[in-house]
Amino acid sequence: MMNTLTRARISVESLLGQIQSPERGGTCVFVGTVRNDDGVAAIEYSAYDEMAVAEIDRMLEEAQARFPTARVILQHRLGLIPVGEASIAIVAAAPHRDEAFAACRYVIEEVKKRLPIWKKEMHADGTSTWVDPSGKQIAGGLRDT
Amino acid sequence: MTKVTVRFFARYAELAGCQTTSVAVPAGATVGDVVRRVREMVPGAASLPNRPLAALNLRQVKLDTRVSDGDEVALLPPLSGG
Repeated sequence: MMNTLTRARISVESLLGQIQSPERGGTCVFVGTVRNDDGVAAIEYSAYDEMAVAEIDRMLEEAQARFPTARVILQHRLGLIPVGEASIAIVAAAPHRDEAFAACRYVIEEVKKRLPIWKKEMHADGTSTWVDPSGKQIAGGLRDT
Repeated sequence: MTKVTVRFFARYAELAGCQTTSVAVPAGATVGDVVRRVREMVPGAASLPNRPLAALNLRQVKLDTRVSDGDEVALLPPLSGG
């Protein structure tokens, strides 16, 4: 069984190999990659591992219930990930493309809302910043209000 | 009294200066009561938000959820996975 959390490079080929099959004619792949924002050299990803694994199981079960003909898997990488390398890959396969796209989209949106994983941007100048998606920054750190 | 394990992650672990602690709260206490207790008790945790995102036994919950003896409460900074 594949680990949904990994510290190694993500292999999309390997994920594809696990869910493609002759009756699934449409496969949708989403890959999230570390972006070169403003001097970012890498991102350090950390997780509440036990909850992240449980939450991924719940999301994939929900996707299965919503899109019964689709099969979805996902892998999230943790640790230091350089710009340009993948932090997450989601692969959804279904008999037809509509369900594959919908299931893939459902899972990435739930990941963004629910997965207990955090990013710390590591800058080329040696500084680092926790990422707060709400975007409320204060000097020396980020605010959570 | 109800004894609960509390875990801190990412920036909250840096602020609290630890990754885990345990607190005792009166029977019938909520996750919000645990947060208040932690903010009083753990040096550094006073700078955590009053109403952080929280999980109880691996599921996100509201702060008015009651805790039981042996539960694990986690205080979660804004999520940024993906």
